[in-house]
Amino acid sequence: MNADQEMRWSVEELRLTFKSGKTRSVGWRKTQLRAILRLIHENEDTLFQLLKSELGKHPVESYRNEIGVVKKSADRALNCIEKWMSPKKGRLPLVFFPASRKVLPEPLGVVLIIGSWNFPISLTLDPLIGAISAGNTVVLKPSELSPNCASFLANILPSYLDPKAVKVIEGGREVSNQLLQYKWDKIFFTGSTKVGKIVMAAAANNLTPVTLELGGKCPAIFDFLSNSDLKVAAKRVASGKWGPCAGQACIGIDYILVEQKFASTLIEQLKKTIKKFYGDDAKNLKNLLKIINKGHFDRLRSFLEDPAVANCIVYGGSFDDTRLIIEPTILLDPPLDAEIMTEEIFGPLLPIITMDKIEESIEFINSKPKPLALYAFTKSENFKKRILAETSSGSVTFNDTMIQFLCDDLPFGGVGQSGIGRYHGKYSFDTFSHEKAVLERSFYFELEPRHPPWSNFKLQFLRLVYNYDYVGMLLLLLGLKRPSNS
Amino acid sequence: MEALSPLREGPDPNEAAMDVAGDLSKSMIKFYRRYPSITHRQHRSFSLQIHASLCRLMLTITMASEEQVKNSTAPAMFDTEAANCLMKELRSTFLAGKTKSYEWRSSQLKSLLKMLEDSDKQICDALFSDLSKPEMEAYIHEIAMIKSSCKLALKKLKDWMKPEKAKTNLGTFPSSAEIVPEPLGVVLIISAWNYPLLLSVDPVIGAIAAGNAVVLKPSELAPAMSSLLAKLLGKYLDNSAIKVVEGAVPETSALLEQKWDKIFYTGNGRVARVVMAAAAKNLTPVVLELGGKSPVLVDSNIDLTVTARRIVSGKWGCNNGQACVAPDYIITTKQYAPVLIDSLKHHLVKFFGEDPMNSPDMSKVGHSRHFARLKKLLDDDKISGKIIHGGQTDKSNLKIAPTIVLDAPEDSLIMSEEIFGPLLPIVTVEKIEDGVEFINSRPKPLAAYLFTNTKQLKEEFVSNISAGGVVINDVTLHLMVDTLPFGGVGESGTGAYHGKFSFDAFSHKKAVLYRGFFGDAPARYPPYTPGKLRLLKALLDGSLFGIIRALFGFS
Repeated sequence: MNADQEMRWSVEELRLTFKSGKTRSVGWRKTQLRAILRLIHENEDTLFQLLKSELGKHPVESYRNEIGVVKKSADRALNCIEKWMSPKKGRLPLVFFPASRKVLPEPLGVVLIIGSWNFPISLTLDPLIGAISAGNTVVLKPSELSPNCASFLANILPSYLDPKAVKVIEGGREVSNQLLQYKWDKIFFTGSTKVGKIVMAAAANNLTPVTLELGGKCPAIFDFLSNSDLKVAAKRVASGKWGPCAGQACIGIDYILVEQKFASTLIEQLKKTIKKFYGDDAKNLKNLLKIINKGHFDRLRSFLEDPAVANCIVYGGSFDDTRLIIEPTILLDPPLDAEIMTEEIFGPLLPIITMDKIEESIEFINSKPKPLALYAFTKSENFKKRILAETSSGSVTFNDTMIQFLCDDLPFGGVGQSGIGRYHGKYSFDTFSHEKAVLERSFYFELEPRHPPWSNFKLQFLRLVYNYDYVGMLLLLLGLKRPSNS
Repeated sequence: MEALSPLREGPDPNEAAMDVAGDLSKSMIKFYRRYPSITHRQHRSFSLQIHASLCRLMLTITMASEEQVKNSTAPAMFDTEAANCLMKELRSTFLAGKTKSYEWRSSQLKSLLKMLEDSDKQICDALFSDLSKPEMEAYIHEIAMIKSSCKLALKKLKDWMKPEKAKTNLGTFPSSAEIVPEPLGVVLIISAWNYPLLLSVDPVIGAIAAGNAVVLKPSELAPAMSSLLAKLLGKYLDNSAIKVVEGAVPETSALLEQKWDKIFYTGNGRVARVVMAAAAKNLTPVVLELGGKSPVLVDSNIDLTVTARRIVSGKWGCNNGQACVAPDYIITTKQYAPVLIDSLKHHLVKFFGEDPMNSPDMSKVGHSRHFARLKKLLDDDKISGKIIHGGQTDKSNLKIAPTIVLDAPEDSLIMSEEIFGPLLPIVTVEKIEDGVEFINSRPKPLAAYLFTNTKQLKEEFVSNISAGGVVINDVTLHLMVDTLPFGGVGESGTGAYHGKFSFDAFSHKKAVLYRGFFGDAPARYPPYTPGKLRLLKALLDGSLFGIIRALFGFS
């Protein structure tokens, strides 16, 4: 049996499992969610080690961005699943009497989740929790760029989760291409804009709905701040830029916008913070992640090869080829047409762009594709309002970074180039559900004018119905109101 | 913009004809007031005659004026360049922020409502000329539907636009969060010919309510409505933000090359794939409102009269089966089929008379290509001898009689593609429960209908059948309930609209989190320690006790 046949067979098996109706029961869903909790609990140390060796993640970071996130999502889904699954009922206007309506969420079927390498555990298991709580069967395709995590998932998932309903398929581009040819009921993709387009084009062949979690250049607007606030803000910027996976995060800060007068103060504070967090010895940086592979490492280095860009470096800029580590690097006003300002950076380089007035940042952001996240450090309520009303982005966070990811009640997802659809908490459940409209009527009380042959009387009557003019309807029925001729 | 509407000197011939029509209808009303005893039938035939002569008149005038236009300037084509130009204009309107204000949105919705109120007559005429749609159907299925949808949007707009508060958790404490709906930008709406007004204006209402700039591309297969919409929307709405582009495949292709912030398409699965593939190039989200074979499962323990009436009126009384939610086929038991068929036949006669081909209460087949397709379904060898009612066709008037086909084989054409016309196959099964299996073995339909009095069957049907919408003991009615999302699943479409769902379809829900500078947990920041890990675990767990323990260093 070749690989393609094997995959086809896997998907076919999932389709059969879905058809059997097994995955629709609350019991099944809860068992699976508990199994995910058990999986991360029992394998916590293995996961810490894996993430440390593959990406250099410190256990605190692994817990904060991966294991903890999955645990929180699964806990929440377990607590809320009955509520999420219950139909939303509502009243109907009297003219439909007697009738009832409800909106009933139902699973979509067999879904494909394509994960990403930067958070190899949370970006696969978190959507999986959504797909399972909605009652779907799932193929999980982890990224081939974090192969150890991928094979860990492939080996361990079958012993915890129902192997007839959840399958992990490992592989690179070829396998992805093959998978994209099949007919799915939903494709959930996390990754780059370029691949996002390929996924959506493939989905179009089968009219498959997609959720695309992409990235983009997430800006941070930096207004004037008092000294004490600046200290806190600098910490948050540092942890939003170099903290999560050394800038290799879709909601990491890409660049900062600040007023010219304030730039040097900000840079000084950032330098202090970097030294505190990561040490000041460029050869011996602590708590900083490595770049995922040589390809990405070289891509980041090539940004700085442009002399016009290299001249702008005000801090850092050293590369450790053997450990694939790049020092936290700050650039002041690199040319706006340089690659570092046109491409998503996805690494520990931080350009700072200065402007005469901080309000100009709105126009600056609007001249670029819509980002996944927008950060703004400001105390001005007026400016906050303007940012909200005049810019567009997946999310906006005031005076902090990254943390919106932890809010289950906030939808997480992009807009425009930064993605389609959203997840987290109830939104994950919705992403993998179809909201079925259900209307129930009885055989009593037939509204005669609904049916042909048509007459002026019926037209007049229905005009009143549409206006919910019950008195008028009654008068007309009693013959007290003359049908008009128009 | 010049490219869109070639400038014409002198009075518009269509407008002139409309004026004549207006005068005529006024005199007709006078005439009726004088002779109130005139019957409905007489009225219909009288108005049909007048309509026919008016159409001839309009045609003559239009042809004459087109001759003039040809002589003066060459007609402008809507090509890629024109599309670029159009997009530039709309983008700059959107970026200027004009469409975002509540005032703009409500003023546009109000003008839209006024447009509908002022143009009742013109709309009915256009629908009659495109589809022979009876005035009654035009009113209940199109005009009244969008009027109520427009009124609802006006009434609820402030509520819809309000940010929604979201809960925050201990991990982000202290903070507050909200979800802010914002317009997507410049959106494209491509509409269909079967309900050319409803399916064009209803999404436009959603797009305006959500604060977008809009391009509407009405269907070229309903030409009268297409040009009427271009004229009316141009006259009543803000042209710097709302445009109508008329045309067929080349125009649509030019439009699809542009980068939109949303594409809302109503039509068939084949074109939907093209639309979505084009959208993928720019990562444009889509709403696809498609169709499919919507089944009706009929149990035997029902009120037969009510059932038959509802089916007949839902199938033939809604644009003669040419509706995306129209019943496509019936499934019933072998024993019950003859009883049901008799009742259907009886009501067909009662509703549309002995000669339905000439009934004024029945729409014609949309266009000749569509007629040919339906004829092919009827001429299929596999169903020869299975037509038990109707079957007559009239090519010149594009009419097909209400037709019932019993036990068409599963591989016949009529059972393999969406019918979208006045043909109704009846499938028989041994047990009524087998019907559920039959429906589930096919692509997911836009709607699934069930007539029964058995509670258990209802429950099984509702929970096991995947469809855009499900209606028990009636057909098509869910479309009118604006608190229900309307849209398909799988082959029947992606996304939903109507009421608040329309607003949502054209909005982005922006997640907003507000933080102060206090209450910073050092556990978030490097250098990392085991203590920080414990605290973080407790924070993410949301367990206060754990947080206190971690803070005090117990583990």
